Amino acid sequence: MATVLATEIPPAAGGREFWRRFRRSRAGVIGLSLVVLLVVVALAAPLLAPRDPQTTSMVTLNPPGTPGHPLGTDNLGRDILSGVLWGSRVSLTVGVCAAATAVLLGVFIGSLAGFYGGWADAVLGRITELFQVIPRFVLALLVVALFGSGLWKLIAVIGILSWPQAARVVRGQVMALRGAAYVDAARVLGLRNARIIFSEILPNVLAPVVVIGSLDVAGAILLEASLGFFGLGDPNLVSWGMMLNNAQAHLREAWWMSVFPGLGISLAVLGFNLMGDGLNDAANPRLDV
Amino acid sequence: MQAVPLLLGVVVVNFLLISLAPGDPVATLLGEYPAPPEYVAQLRREFGLDRPAPVRLALYAWNVVRGELGFSFAYRLPVVTLVAGRLGNTFLLMATALSLAALVGVGLGVAAARRRGSGLDTAATGISLAGFSIPDFWLSQLLVLLFAVFLGWLPAQGIRSVREEYTGLAAVLDAARHLVLPAAALSFRYMALISRLTRASMLEAMSQDFILAARARGLPERLVLLQHGLRNAALPVVTVIGYNFAFVLAGSALVETVFGWPGVGRLLYDAMLQRDTPVLLGVLLMVSATVVVVNLLTDLLYAALDPRVRY
Repeated sequence: MATVLATEIPPAAGGREFWRRFRRSRAGVIGLSLVVLLVVVALAAPLLAPRDPQTTSMVTLNPPGTPGHPLGTDNLGRDILSGVLWGSRVSLTVGVCAAATAVLLGVFIGSLAGFYGGWADAVLGRITELFQVIPRFVLALLVVALFGSGLWKLIAVIGILSWPQAARVVRGQVMALRGAAYVDAARVLGLRNARIIFSEILPNVLAPVVVIGSLDVAGAILLEASLGFFGLGDPNLVSWGMMLNNAQAHLREAWWMSVFPGLGISLAVLGFNLMGDGLNDAANPRLDV
Repeated sequence: MQAVPLLLGVVVVNFLLISLAPGDPVATLLGEYPAPPEYVAQLRREFGLDRPAPVRLALYAWNVVRGELGFSFAYRLPVVTLVAGRLGNTFLLMATALSLAALVGVGLGVAAARRRGSGLDTAATGISLAGFSIPDFWLSQLLVLLFAVFLGWLPAQGIRSVREEYTGLAAVLDAARHLVLPAAALSFRYMALISRLTRASMLEAMSQDFILAARARGLPERLVLLQHGLRNAALPVVTVIGYNFAFVLAGSALVETVFGWPGVGRLLYDAMLQRDTPVLLGVLLMVSATVVVVNLLTDLLYAALDPRVRY
């Protein structure tokens, strides 16, 4: 998504102007609506869900429309609708927290590399390349398989494996701004480097970082679901990926075990992808692709 | 892109994972058996576990260079033999999926760029959005549900029919039938990526002066589009396939798991279930090394296709 992130410096538009342009982007508005829906569902899951998603019953493998189970039940008689509603919590938590970790790390490392250049930049370059050749999914799978799973471990692993993209973008932007006249002015005023980076340069890098952050959430939700599908989710929580793992053995007799959790993942990922597109449109109004 | 330091980096990451993983290999080996401390110390010496970390890293790297990636507990085979035996099936799946993705993706991208803003263009955008958002393992399950469970047209599992024994052409056709669904599932995301990229680079190429010149010379629009436009738009498509190789491999692991396709991905899943750590590490190493090589080849191919690039 948004493979065309403009490297040009975004005009330092105010928040209101940004919001106005965001609202004009159809992708952005649809994306934001999906994200808001996801947040509401995740927050209200205990109120919306007809029953506890982990409670088993004798009503196994019942199709959608069964009284009390609008989306059917799984092989252990657990309610699919409740599972889908509660599963949104894991996806949203892991997605947002892992993306925040990735963006914070990326901004920190990227601004060091972009501002100081030299060996800091060289080291970052090598590490970024390394992260590009090691398949993220396989590495995450190994780490979780070796060190055990759990909500916070998943967030840490996915966050740590996802920072290079943000770092690359921030590095490029900081490098471009490093020589700007107002940065020179700050230097002449005797401001320290840390102060220049944080209060002079980074605010102008915010727009592309927000775009990357939104796309990172989508990526993190997909990665978490993939790990769950491999049976490596948090064993104490209901997640969409693990529901699909469970559905795999029952595809022939219970299509609903696969269809509804998968729909949840796809809509959540679509929401954050579209929101990222909309943010990108708002950040780069000249980019007419 | 330097291949050698990257390969070294991959080895170091693997070594770190082995060293930091919880659990003492000697304790695992001995199990419940009450061993005297002298014997434990002897074992540690034998495996070189008493040496300092840099020495162990060097020894590990030397083993990797010699192609010794350890021994699978579950299969009782060397990891290299095991993975190498599965690579062929994975590459067959990946090559089919990527060819399909390139063919459909480029076609869709060119058509969308040619009729910009039309219904077709909107549809192409919708398809690529779906491609980016639908997880490939769920798409795999949906394809199984539709084409294997409900319609019964295509097989859902494996690489060949278990009940019949085919030979010659019949065997090839049988394998092809098994390949259709996994290849389609794996290709969707890259089809989306390629169509979006083709559309963007076609639009850019078609706005260049040489297109105007070609049209002014009275060339038929089809020739302008294919010979002048697409030829210049194809470059980014080549690189995107090359540089996304790591993701295709990972996607293949998930798709293979759904379809029981006997490739590296299915091996990875089984090894994960059995906690067969040497296999997991071996797959990570071999897969990363493959990506390094493919990226290098992509760079070379790019240079060969674009006379402006010189190394």
